[in-house]
Order: sequence, then C-alpha cells, then structure tokens
Amino acid sequence: MNSVLSRANTIFAFTLSVLAFLTFSCFMTTAFNTNAANITVRTSDHIVKSAFTPYGARADRGFFSLGLKADLEQIFNWNVKQLFLYITAEYESENNKLNQVVIWDKIIPRGAKSNLDLKTIKIKYPFFDDGQTLKGKDNVTLTLSWNVIPNAGLLPRIVGTGNTVISFPNEYTR
Amino acid sequence: MASFDFLDEVRRMNKRQLFYQVLNFGMIVSSALMIWKGLMVVTASESPIVVVLSGSMEPAFFRGDLLFLTNHQDDPIRVGEIVVFKIEGRDIPIVHRVLRLHEKENGDVKFLTKGDNNMVDDRGLYAPGQLWLERKDVVGRARGYVPYIGMVTILMNDYPKFKYLVLAGLGIFVLIHRE
Repeated sequence: MNSVLSRANTIFAFTLSVLAFLTFSCFMTTAFNTNAANITVRTSDHIVKSAFTPYGARADRGFFSLGLKADLEQIFNWNVKQLFLYITAEYESENNKLNQVVIWDKIIPRGAKSNLDLKTIKIKYPFFDDGQTLKGKDNVTLTLSWNVIPNAGLLPRIVGTGNTVISFPNEYTR
Repeated sequence: MASFDFLDEVRRMNKRQLFYQVLNFGMIVSSALMIWKGLMVVTASESPIVVVLSGSMEPAFFRGDLLFLTNHQDDPIRVGEIVVFKIEGRDIPIVHRVLRLHEKENGDVKFLTKGDNNMVDDRGLYAPGQLWLERKDVVGRARGYVPYIGMVTILMNDYPKFKYLVLAGLGIFVLIHRE
C-alpha cells in the first residue's frame, strides 16, 4: 500500500484539491464586487458624412474627436487579470430599436496604468450607421464599459457611471 | 506474463462480482452523461462548457482555458459580450466579442464580432457573402472562466493515442478495482 505509485497518487490528489479550493475562494471573495467607477467621455466637432461601408452599402458615418477620463484603479484586486474597456455609441433609429457600435477599445492588463486621462483618442472602429439615419440624430449616447476578466470566476460587464449624449448636424459634411 | 496480471485478477472474480463491476462502470458513464444533459437544460446552451482552442482572444483567454456558457433566449445579446458562435461549413465554434449590434423592433438582431487579439473584425471568417451573425448562430455567451483545465482535452485531440491510452486505463481500473 506504500508503493511509490500510491504515494504519488495521494500527493497528486491532494495538490488538485488544494488548487481547486484556492481557485474557488478566489472566485467567491470577488464574486460580489460591483466593479463600478465614474467616467467622463468628452467629445467635440461632431460631423456626419454620407459614405460607403467597405462592403459597398451607402451608410452615414459619424466623426468626432474623443477624450476620456476614468479612474479604474479600485477595480483591480487579486482576481482581476485584465480589464477590457470599450466605448459604445448607442442610439435608436428609424431602422432599428437599438443600435450599439463600439468605436474604441483597450485592454488594461494587471499592473498597467489604470487611472486614465486620455485627451484625444483616435476612433478605432469606423462609426457607420446601419443605413442613412445618423444625420440630425440627437440621442446618441456614448458610454465607457468594461469587461472584467478574472483569474478564475465570473465575467461581469459594467457600464461606467456618467454617459455623454451627443448630436449630429442636420447637414452632411463633404 | 507479468503484464497480464490484471487478467488473472478478472479471472479470480466470480461472475456476480464481474457483473457488479460492469454495472458500476455503466453507472459512472451514465451519471457523466446526465450531468452534461442537466447542464444543457439549466443553461439553455447546446454545449454549456467549451474549451478555448485558439489564441484569438489573448490575453483574456488562452488555448486550453475553460468557459462556462449560458444561452437563455430572453437574455438579449449586447455589445462587449463574448459569444460562442457557429459558422456554416465550419465544425469548430468560435469564441469572440460582439463589436456592433443592430436590433429591430420585433427583436430580430444582427451583429458583428471580433477577436480581442485580431486586427480586423470577423467578416473574413464568416461564410462567403455573410456580413452579420444572427441569434440562431449563437451557441452560448461566456459567463464564467477557469484557466488551464481544458488542456487535457487539447492534449487528447492533438494526440489521439494518448486519448485511447487514458480511456483504456480508466476502463480497466474501474473494472478490476475492488474496494
């Protein structure tokens, strides 16, 4: 009963249970965090152009300059591997009850600077409308959200507190 | 024939005992199956647990990480969510994040996805001519995450001989093991 194999087996089983217990505690101690934070999204120079998508459909395309302020330091704890940040433009249009377009995203790994004050952000993904309804639109809400990626556990998505509502002009810019 | 000792072991058991061991083995297999089917009911997803097979979501998910999925129909898909979807003509489901989404009044939804680690969106991965994904393409939405555990399945898929070795080993162990 005291062979090398049975001892190895015992050690292996014990290691596995300890790891499982630690992983579960890691998950339980952070499962009820709100992960909330205040944010400010600043924009200016809103213009809208009549454009074509890369797939040849005519669609309105919005442009604006973008800035962001968010202090996400308190979200990090021992069970946060990274934050996935994304800025969403959300609006209702004639074609759709809900449009959500991500225009920018960023990965903040553990240990990187998480107190963000970005004066100018380049829009990363073109802001195309699903059709030609962006001209004169006055209810486009910009929010910063984040997806918390843990070492082990849930994958909550949190919308930052403090959104910005922007409007686009009634005329196309050439 | 030292290597066939276990056959002697089987021969030494009486019929009743052998029958018991076979039933025991069947019990283990069927409970595993029932747990899987039960999870399917609770999560409403056709595959409630998936293993990440590619590096396209790094550094969030690596090859061999495990994801828990749900797919309740009344829970709407939103941007930023990590969805697992199937493409016509591809066997392996893809785990990527929703980049843009348009939802009609009647609930019809079309959306575009992108892997965190990819430079471009997924339109190149979709079926030829397909521009959007729809609700029916979704296998599940990622809700929970555990690292590394899926490495075993990846090893088994990459080295089929290892898989048969493990399965044979487990089967023999269950059949000849006596309390």
